[in-house]
Amino acid sequence: MAVMNYSQAAAAALSEAMRADPSVVALGEDLGRGGIFAQYRGLQQEFGADRVIDTPISEATIMGAAVGMALAGLRPVVEMRVVDFALCAMDELINQAAKNRYMFGGQGRVPLVARMPIGLWTASAAQHSQSLEAWFAHIPGLTVVAPSAPDDNYGLLHAALESGDPVVYLEHKELWGVEGEVTTGSRVPLGSARIVRAGTDLTIVSWSKAMQPCVAAASELEGAGVSAEVIDLRTIWPWDRATVCGSVARTGALLVVHEAVQVGGFGAEIAAAVAEETGARVKRLGAPRIPPGYSKVLEDEARVSVAQIVAAAQALASR
Amino acid sequence: MSPDSAATGIAAPGDAASIDRAATRLIALYRTMARIRAFENAAEIASQGGVQAWGLQTSAKPALVRGPLHLSTGQEAVAAGVCANLTRADLLTSTHRGHGHTLAKGADVNRMMAELFGKATGTNHGKGGSMHIADFSVGMLGANGVVAAGMPIAVGAAHALKIRGRPEIVCCFFGDGAVNRGPFLEALNWAVIYKLPVLFVCEDNRISATTPTAAMTGGAGAAARASAIGVPAQAVDGNDVEAVDALAARFVAEVRGREGPRLVHAITYRFKGHVSVDPGAYRDPGEVARALEHDPLTIARAKLVARGLPDDAMATIDAAAKAEIDAAMALAAAAPTPDPASAYTDIQNTGAGQWR
Repeated sequence: MAVMNYSQAAAAALSEAMRADPSVVALGEDLGRGGIFAQYRGLQQEFGADRVIDTPISEATIMGAAVGMALAGLRPVVEMRVVDFALCAMDELINQAAKNRYMFGGQGRVPLVARMPIGLWTASAAQHSQSLEAWFAHIPGLTVVAPSAPDDNYGLLHAALESGDPVVYLEHKELWGVEGEVTTGSRVPLGSARIVRAGTDLTIVSWSKAMQPCVAAASELEGAGVSAEVIDLRTIWPWDRATVCGSVARTGALLVVHEAVQVGGFGAEIAAAVAEETGARVKRLGAPRIPPGYSKVLEDEARVSVAQIVAAAQALASR
Repeated sequence: MSPDSAATGIAAPGDAASIDRAATRLIALYRTMARIRAFENAAEIASQGGVQAWGLQTSAKPALVRGPLHLSTGQEAVAAGVCANLTRADLLTSTHRGHGHTLAKGADVNRMMAELFGKATGTNHGKGGSMHIADFSVGMLGANGVVAAGMPIAVGAAHALKIRGRPEIVCCFFGDGAVNRGPFLEALNWAVIYKLPVLFVCEDNRISATTPTAAMTGGAGAAARASAIGVPAQAVDGNDVEAVDALAARFVAEVRGREGPRLVHAITYRFKGHVSVDPGAYRDPGEVARALEHDPLTIARAKLVARGLPDDAMATIDAAAKAEIDAAMALAAAAPTPDPASAYTDIQNTGAGQWR
């Protein structure tokens, strides 16, 4: 066990994987300086510029080259800076990386991990504040991961590197400084959720940074006499249906909360699937369908607040 | 074009009768640079603690200017020299480092600073901030958060001007990092085959975020690539505002004459880090020190002194610029924040009101 922040936990996992397997490489902009969130700090010094590759600002080719690298025997980690910039590499991710294995009849596989931090980045406005996990969950061939804590970032990054197929790895732009205990040497299996807090009246499912207001809301709800079970989904696809449905079978109600826009968000998929399977009452809470504005008062409108979560949970629990 | 056109917002000084025409123009260019420098210096101070990156945390005390602030300090001669050759009605696309382009195109500094403060009176009503600053009223179609993203937009705007038979041109600023993205190639090719009225300006500050561009770029760079695709291009000392002005004047005349696109490769240097809270510790201090000796404002000052202008004339211009920006800071601080309801405006008409 060691105390690390979210960024250090990722760097630890990647450096362990690179030590263990010479085919693991990383490529992206500013990696030699440790990446813009320090999540690659020290790696180029240890592994050299041939394995921790500084690239031009060429997102399409960073992703496309990684597909080629993967087909030719490497296990590339692709750094996209933020998910918003990964939009410059969508053909290479969606049409190439995700389709390759199936389309060519299983002749090859594309073991790449594409890191593209999601979420509201304070005061960074509309082009740097998106949460697009639902886009990727919609694409057959992609695994989609969204860790909320250092321990999970460590264990899930290892699991993603070992998975053998393309993984869209969605860290959060504002979780890098969050500290926690990390169980070094461990793995977090892809597709496994974690019950963060036990409860009996309703189940709250969330992921990534939205876990923070959900946990805070659960404490407030407890004071109001509502016992909320809180689940961190951790992997968006495949999502842990057994854990979520098992919880909802006990509590009878589900609230899914995410930072992404509510319309067409992944919460809709979970709510629908849980309703189909358990018949439970379900509710979603995401951001309004507006771009985050720069000014704080506008940005706050695009955030999901603790108060909104509490209100939604109370409405659901009292139905 | 006259340097004291509406687009530049700069007027020749009253005591200029005795100095030659070139000096008068250089004074106007110096004034634009001084205003950009003053604007960015003030914004830089107001931004400290306002962004989380490089492992830094946001400070407990909120900054007046929140969010990423990309400074063009040291690059002012490019914006001033190019924009002095544009009219107010010409169009312009910019980069994420766009304060200088916006100001030199004639935007109001009070509204610009208010935007950086996230106020309702800002150019974008608080919705964009520094990285997306735009003032369509002076043809400035926007700074952009994505490298090279302005280039296809610029050629599209030029295409529209051509189809509509308009006399205006488009000026497209982009950085040295952009030449390694696909839209650079696609936009230049598009401009050539449709013979569009667009002036491309590669503002080459020699660094892409935190990585030296030379190590990431094959061949001889922007001008060579442009020439290969059929866009006449020329490199210029981007810290010599007169040289930038002269090259831009020639190329703008050709573009305006519907001779097709041209590309200015202005070689300059970014004095500051990638964003205002980035100390830029990854750079060689010697390189930075040498660059500071080549400050575009210092160069222009020395030229004016050599032409007989008293040094305190420039000091007066500097003081006026500082006073103008101080006033803009005070206005921005006192301006109202946006109505939260405005978070739900300017999105789309169809479906408006249905937010979840």
